[in-house]
Amino acid sequence: MKFSIMVNEGPYTHQASDSAYHFTAAALKAGHQIVRVFFYHDGVNNGTRLSVPPQDDRNVCARWTELGQQHDLELILCVAAAQRRGLLDADEAKRAGKDSNNIAPGFEISGLGQLIDAGIQADRLIVFGD
Amino acid sequence: MATKKFLYINRKPPHGSVYALESLEVVLIGAAFEQEVTLAFIDDGVYQLLQNQDTSAIETKNFTPTFRALGDYDVNRIYVERESMELRGLVKEDLMPLTWEDEDDDWAEKDSIHVVSSAELAEIFEHQDVILNF
Repeated sequence: MKFSIMVNEGPYTHQASDSAYHFTAAALKAGHQIVRVFFYHDGVNNGTRLSVPPQDDRNVCARWTELGQQHDLELILCVAAAQRRGLLDADEAKRAGKDSNNIAPGFEISGLGQLIDAGIQADRLIVFGD
Repeated sequence: MATKKFLYINRKPPHGSVYALESLEVVLIGAAFEQEVTLAFIDDGVYQLLQNQDTSAIETKNFTPTFRALGDYDVNRIYVERESMELRGLVKEDLMPLTWEDEDDDWAEKDSIHVVSSAELAEIFEHQDVILNF
């Protein structure tokens, strides 16, 4: 089956991102296809490369990068949600005149159209929120 | 492009969190994809459609007048749960009028908002392809 995944909460405060990660990993392991993982609302914070969790805890952000690279996943951060919350790639940072960028490897910034398209392409869109 | 039935469920109040505003942003972008779009407002989500909202005291953007643009985007299936309205002491007249113009009926202006029971809403949910819950 083709799944699309929507993640609506950031790392650590809520379990949504953990659950989405476990679901995505389990679906891939079972042979299903992931069309796209779309991060919205505070979910865009999963795409930072500057998160430094304690060593005895899971690394929510880095785990997405690893899973994405293992399976060539599309990990998309909504541009409007990301800009509001200070998640910028090199291009966006330059355009906005900021001195830094913070997007983790494997993540891309794109528009909400990618969410609608994810809903159209997939057999099921699974939403993870609070 | 395949046409699917998209349902956006709005459960949260318009202010106090960003969910309502960012939900409306998805609806407006999604409207350009020519999918069949339905909106449902339940629980505190019914407050999103209240008339004459004023956010000046909390210094946030009052995005709610944007709901009036939905008709222009052919988003005209807007369902509000009756039980949620009654629990909050609201009647339909408390909600902002949302209308659309029916091209097939000499551009007659028609009401987009339908107050329905939770049982009727369940029936509507049953027929959707993609459900986004905000």
